[in-house]
Amino acid sequence: MSEQPDPFMLNQWFAISGLTDVGPTAKNTLLMGEKLSYRRAGDGFEVTTADGRTLPVLAQYACLWTSLGQPESGLFEIPQYHETDRRSIVAGSIGVNVSAQRGVENFLDMGHFPFVHTGILGELPHTEVKEYNVRLTEDGSEIIATECMFYQPMASTVSTEGMDVEYIYRVPHPTCSVLYKSSPLDEKRLDVIALFVQPIGPEKLRAHMVLSILDDVNADDFISHFQLHIFGQDKPILENQMPKRLPLDTRAETPIRADKSSIMYRRWLAAKGVTYGTIPAAA
Amino acid sequence: MTIERASGANGWVPVAASEDVIPRHVFQGKLLGQELAIWRADDGYVNIWENRCLHRGVRLSIGINTGTELICQYHGWRYANRNAGCTYIPAHPADAPPRTICNRTYPVREAAGLIWTHLDAVEPAFPALTEAPLVLRAMPLRAVPAAVEAALAAWSVEGLTAEGDLRFGDGSSQLQLYVQAVDAGQSVIRGVLTGALAGQGLVVLRRLNTALTALTRQLEAEALAAPAPAPIAPVYARVSEELAEMPGLEADLADGPGKIRVTLAAKKMVANGIVSLELKPLRGVLPTFQPGAHIDVALPSGLVRQYSLVNAPGETDRYVIGVKREAQSTGGSEAIHEHLREGDLLAISEPRNNFTLRRDAAQTIFIAGGIGVTPLLAMSAALAGDGQDFQLHYFAAGQEHLAFQDRLAALGDRLTPHLGLDPAATAAKLRDILAQPGPAKQVYVCGPGPMLDATLKIAAEAGWPDNSVHFEYFKNTQTLDDSQAFEIALARSAVTLQVPAGKSILQVLRENGIKMASSCGQGACGTCKVRVLEGTPDHQDVYLNASEKASNATIMTCVSRAKTDRLILDL
Repeated sequence: MSEQPDPFMLNQWFAISGLTDVGPTAKNTLLMGEKLSYRRAGDGFEVTTADGRTLPVLAQYACLWTSLGQPESGLFEIPQYHETDRRSIVAGSIGVNVSAQRGVENFLDMGHFPFVHTGILGELPHTEVKEYNVRLTEDGSEIIATECMFYQPMASTVSTEGMDVEYIYRVPHPTCSVLYKSSPLDEKRLDVIALFVQPIGPEKLRAHMVLSILDDVNADDFISHFQLHIFGQDKPILENQMPKRLPLDTRAETPIRADKSSIMYRRWLAAKGVTYGTIPAAA
Repeated sequence: MTIERASGANGWVPVAASEDVIPRHVFQGKLLGQELAIWRADDGYVNIWENRCLHRGVRLSIGINTGTELICQYHGWRYANRNAGCTYIPAHPADAPPRTICNRTYPVREAAGLIWTHLDAVEPAFPALTEAPLVLRAMPLRAVPAAVEAALAAWSVEGLTAEGDLRFGDGSSQLQLYVQAVDAGQSVIRGVLTGALAGQGLVVLRRLNTALTALTRQLEAEALAAPAPAPIAPVYARVSEELAEMPGLEADLADGPGKIRVTLAAKKMVANGIVSLELKPLRGVLPTFQPGAHIDVALPSGLVRQYSLVNAPGETDRYVIGVKREAQSTGGSEAIHEHLREGDLLAISEPRNNFTLRRDAAQTIFIAGGIGVTPLLAMSAALAGDGQDFQLHYFAAGQEHLAFQDRLAALGDRLTPHLGLDPAATAAKLRDILAQPGPAKQVYVCGPGPMLDATLKIAAEAGWPDNSVHFEYFKNTQTLDDSQAFEIALARSAVTLQVPAGKSILQVLRENGIKMASSCGQGACGTCKVRVLEGTPDHQDVYLNASEKASNATIMTCVSRAKTDRLILDL
């Protein structure tokens, strides 16, 4: 199993911290096994490796991003992030002992809501994952799942009663996903919840959650606690997944129709030659 | 002292103590790097499974033991006691899971206070054991299993003889030790002490405890001094090709008639004119089933009949069916009532489920007419186990006609018998029962044809949507018309076939070498369903509901035909 990043993973941008957590004093983190220091330097930011190499940086979507390789372009677009009436919050960063790709797959999964997020994102006996659409964009750069409907008793911090909530999922990056869900405050618009997963090692992740929402009622802290509470429910389940790396062999696990988006995600990773954090199918 | 040597490499090896496997608990064990989920069902059976849900790999040892099934924490998949078959996938409540989704099971024996398994290809001989008065506490240690075995073989304890039986005082005892090879560098010493302890048991136990503790400390110290061996990589066997493909909207059809040999373990009268048959496997474990499933029973006379399973979840050591003696029996029910004897052998099919129970309803109404209660008993037991809201309305000629009294009694006030009603009174009662349709309510009805016809009509009048009223006819009593000839094109095989008058689509397909599952042969059970891609079917079955028929999306190939000259089928 690969302990070194494959070219596709090596040349990606990865979020390593929320910008609000970056100060002039250097902090340490790990990216795909490489020890990094990061700090605010003048008007910008600086990320260096243990052997003194300076890495490229980006400050975008409320996070500090870097790369161990040479990214071909900038980051994927999240147009809603720039709308002026939205609030953007780095809701938290949380570590989980499982591969980054397992973490993304869980983010795409609706079937676990009534069992893992009981009473919040789902509720028994409302367990059905209705038919939805999933496709790859024409240029093959991202996966989009639409018309994902799920019954939720308390879909967000401003919900007061249960309702069928519509989701749209995007996977524009091997370890990032952007979720759109109907806003309880304005049904014509969508709240955005982005998950930027930092692969610490092949079997360890740190997830940065960034929200861009229309909620003008709740304090940042409250929203942050809500998201951390949700993620805290996922953590023990994810840490009991075996193997910890995402298997790309189609016969490693048993998919059902509800898993359409994860099937496409696994195929997409296989097509991009991703070996870091995955178990590639035997040739 | 006899040290029975056993390691995970071969032979039966203990992987837990009986007392570890307490009710409603799941014990996590390990043998040669392979994690095990070990759990006891309420019927006492101990299951040893690979510790991993087949869906997304989550450990089953963090799952829920309901006493009859194990539920995965992640997506609520349920796996049955004994056969480890998946019985329910909550994400798709209207589909029966393909019965081939089965967790990996390991051989199990419970003896002398220990739970045993083996990894051999051929079942090894089981060690001779008397019932143990004392099971030693498990002693886990970080040491290579082979080194532990070698040390135990050379072990001596003051006052205890290292060869032959361990004797002390005026009695005779035998200590048997086993090394569970947990991983390359991890072992558990397990042991049982048998024979007369003659009041000196505590003394002996203390001495053994002291000696074994000293030995394990010494072994751990030696292991620490040497480089730790790499852990054994667990083997995650691949699922079948069939399961790896994402199933289509229609559940996969079962393959041809199964041939499971069973013995008639018990035959009892369970109501006036109704016998129950308990069928047990000749060997091995019966395949999994879901509430609503039926089996084909091949009778010694050559007749094949379909019967619904009455079994509750987890009741997996046998199949239970109910058979009513029909006044105008064409041979099936009479043969069973008159000629079958306990101990007789029968051939049956694997269970098929075309009458699927949704478990995501806020309220479920079951309506049974006579022997039609059998699938609804299985469904009632499933919902009762979940604590879900349901009512079983059981229409019968009289008290003495109510079958399976013990199972009915367990339903308490969720059972409402309706006795001795004529058709008009039955219809009035059905109008009461079905008066209030609701978005999260489901109705399941099974009984004689006229009663089903009436129920479906009343439900439609009361405003129940088609897709919330589920039914199963015993048989198709409509007059079949097979006078038209037409053509079928098979989209996936690029074959065109002619269906002449007097022959069914099913017959034509089979004559042309196309494997098709079927069961009742009269358009009642749903087994031979095929998707229609083009053309208008002439539906003559009683399986599809009105809106399913109107959609022309599927056809029952055993009886239905074509209104157009040509049908294109998804085959």
